[in-house]
Amino acid sequence: MIRVIILDTYAKLEGWFMSLRSTKGTCNNNTNLLTKGNYYACRPKQVKDVSHQDEVVRVLTNTLETKNFPHMLFYGPPGTGKTTTALAIAHQLFGPELYKSRVLELNASDDRGINVVRTKIKDFAAVAVSSGVHHGIYPCPPYKIIVLDEADSMTEDAQNALRRTMETYSKVTRFIFICNYISRIIEPLASRCAKFRFKPLPEEIMSSRISHICNEEGLNLDSEALSTLSSISQGDLRRAITYLQSAARLFGSTVSAKELISVSGVIPEDVVQALFTACKSGDFEKANTEVNTLIAEGYPASQMLSQLFEVVVVADISDEQKARICKRLAEADKCLIDGADEYLQLMDVASNTMRALSNMPQELCLD
Amino acid sequence: MLWVDKYRPKTLDKIIVHEDIASNLKKLVSEQDCPHLLFYGPTGSGKKTLIMAVLKQMFGVAVEKVKMENKTWKIDAGTRTIELEVTTLSSTFHVEMNPSDAGFQDRYIVQEIIKEMAKSRPIITKGKKGFKVLVLNEVDKLSKEAQHSLRRTMEKYSASCRLILCCNSSSRVTEAVRSRCLNVRVNAPTEEQIITALEFIGKKEGLQLPSGFAARIAAQSNRNLRRAILTFETCRVQQYPFTNNQVVPLMDWEQYVSEIASDIMKEQSPKRLFQVRGKIYELLINCIPPEIVLKKLLSELLKKLDSELKHEVCHWAAYYEHRMRLGQKAIFHIEAFVAKFMSIYKGFLIATFG
Repeated sequence: MIRVIILDTYAKLEGWFMSLRSTKGTCNNNTNLLTKGNYYACRPKQVKDVSHQDEVVRVLTNTLETKNFPHMLFYGPPGTGKTTTALAIAHQLFGPELYKSRVLELNASDDRGINVVRTKIKDFAAVAVSSGVHHGIYPCPPYKIIVLDEADSMTEDAQNALRRTMETYSKVTRFIFICNYISRIIEPLASRCAKFRFKPLPEEIMSSRISHICNEEGLNLDSEALSTLSSISQGDLRRAITYLQSAARLFGSTVSAKELISVSGVIPEDVVQALFTACKSGDFEKANTEVNTLIAEGYPASQMLSQLFEVVVVADISDEQKARICKRLAEADKCLIDGADEYLQLMDVASNTMRALSNMPQELCLD
Repeated sequence: MLWVDKYRPKTLDKIIVHEDIASNLKKLVSEQDCPHLLFYGPTGSGKKTLIMAVLKQMFGVAVEKVKMENKTWKIDAGTRTIELEVTTLSSTFHVEMNPSDAGFQDRYIVQEIIKEMAKSRPIITKGKKGFKVLVLNEVDKLSKEAQHSLRRTMEKYSASCRLILCCNSSSRVTEAVRSRCLNVRVNAPTEEQIITALEFIGKKEGLQLPSGFAARIAAQSNRNLRRAILTFETCRVQQYPFTNNQVVPLMDWEQYVSEIASDIMKEQSPKRLFQVRGKIYELLINCIPPEIVLKKLLSELLKKLDSELKHEVCHWAAYYEHRMRLGQKAIFHIEAFVAKFMSIYKGFLIATFG
């Protein structure tokens, strides 16, 4: 089933871009995705728009048509199509006319405290719906859907308040929860749902998608840029498209790897290497200058930490040294989240790395 | 008028420091639409200048006619009503505000006020731009909740509203928000660029610049253009015509910190610690941000130390600065750092000289 859903996601994403091209009439303000529009405005409204002749989507549509629609929980990293899938299902079920009365979509931008759960959600869930309605091609099953996007940012109390509501009104209301981290959904809620995990897209599928988009949009992307883009976006197709879109807007239709890196906020490899080399040299002043430059250039420190981590892991040093460096990296990351100063944290990481690399003791001994 | 404001480039064409960014931005906004933008970079690197120039490029001179507004918003948050006072700077086409002013209630600002503003389209649609621009400063100081609510607001009202976000460090902006914006990194100008800018101003003001003078100001400015220009103007007031060996004045608080540093180096005792405490208090009540004091103190101390001690001192500075963020009262943590330093240094002296 999971495999089915993943394939389905790809199919939808594919269809999504296809539909962006083909629905010029319906998308009022956007005709060209990369140069003009904002792609949120053009999310596919129907699964069938999205899913050209793909048998996988038929499986899902079948379960919908047989009205066997369980509570669902979509989880997975950002940019894998969770929200898109949920919205497409809802649209396909009810069509534009009934959509407003049958679907309640709530996300983190709406207030979702315990009060809202007790009043708004419960009231909406309690309303009975007639079963015999048919609006043209839409199946319009006799229940409503509540889509709770970014459900992991709901408080535990609010989630607890939902438990009973879900059971009591399950005849007339089905829930779709969407979240990044399933661990933040309380167990009683998770156990009431059919869970679907959205995996990050593997690199080859990303690449083929991206080159497809490039063809459609008339962009020139060489193979180096293509592989850079798939690696810096780490399986997040939305991110890949955003980078591509930003780069295309800023630099025109020929996009190089360097330009992609500059819009993505990833630090160029040589800058990271320069810091690591400075640490290796064991010269404190050198590292200090290097860190000062980094800060002045405006590179984000958290990004620096994660890229430094990648360098350290593959570096040709002993395991103990690696462990020492990584320990401090983790601590610095936490400190940055707490809002600590970037310069001081980076400096501390650099000096610690230097001590580890030159096998100086961790603590200063004065004997 | 201060030179900083007088010579702030008003249009993208006139920008001399970040020419490449400016030309890219120009290309970007010359098309009908523009994405959300996130500018990040250190202070004094020209983020604000770029933003204003972009706005001018989009809407023309009308964006310069701004009025300040102090409005109280009543927000209905379930059981109680919250009143929030927000200062905005607005023209017909854009609204500029600092949402983190609202402190821990910044979430409501984002959820309600921005929604409210984003919903209404600008009345005058001359110039064919069907959207307003919201400029949000210091987004890195927004709480996590507020940033979470921002992400959906950005999608939902993208038809009538574009956001331009501005912050110092993009690592404190959540990934979700970053991925919805076009990220523009504004690096601090290099010393050569600062020299060019200073020479440009000097020429406009009709000043005689001795060779190397601009370079000295630039070297002291820490790659902060605003500071360089301010220092330049101070020099002009102090003594003109410039002489070759004219002293470029340090900021007075910097001198004060370096005094503190030498005090600490001279004697390590509880008595000295008490004196230092008074001096640090003096700095803090003059509104010098505590983390800046700590950073400056560290860099002053590092200058005077042996290299084997540097690592240790650096570590403790980072440690106490982090604690300062989590805590309430900055003086404790700075004092703790000073005490720690004294103990390390004293230990070192005893170990070396007996």
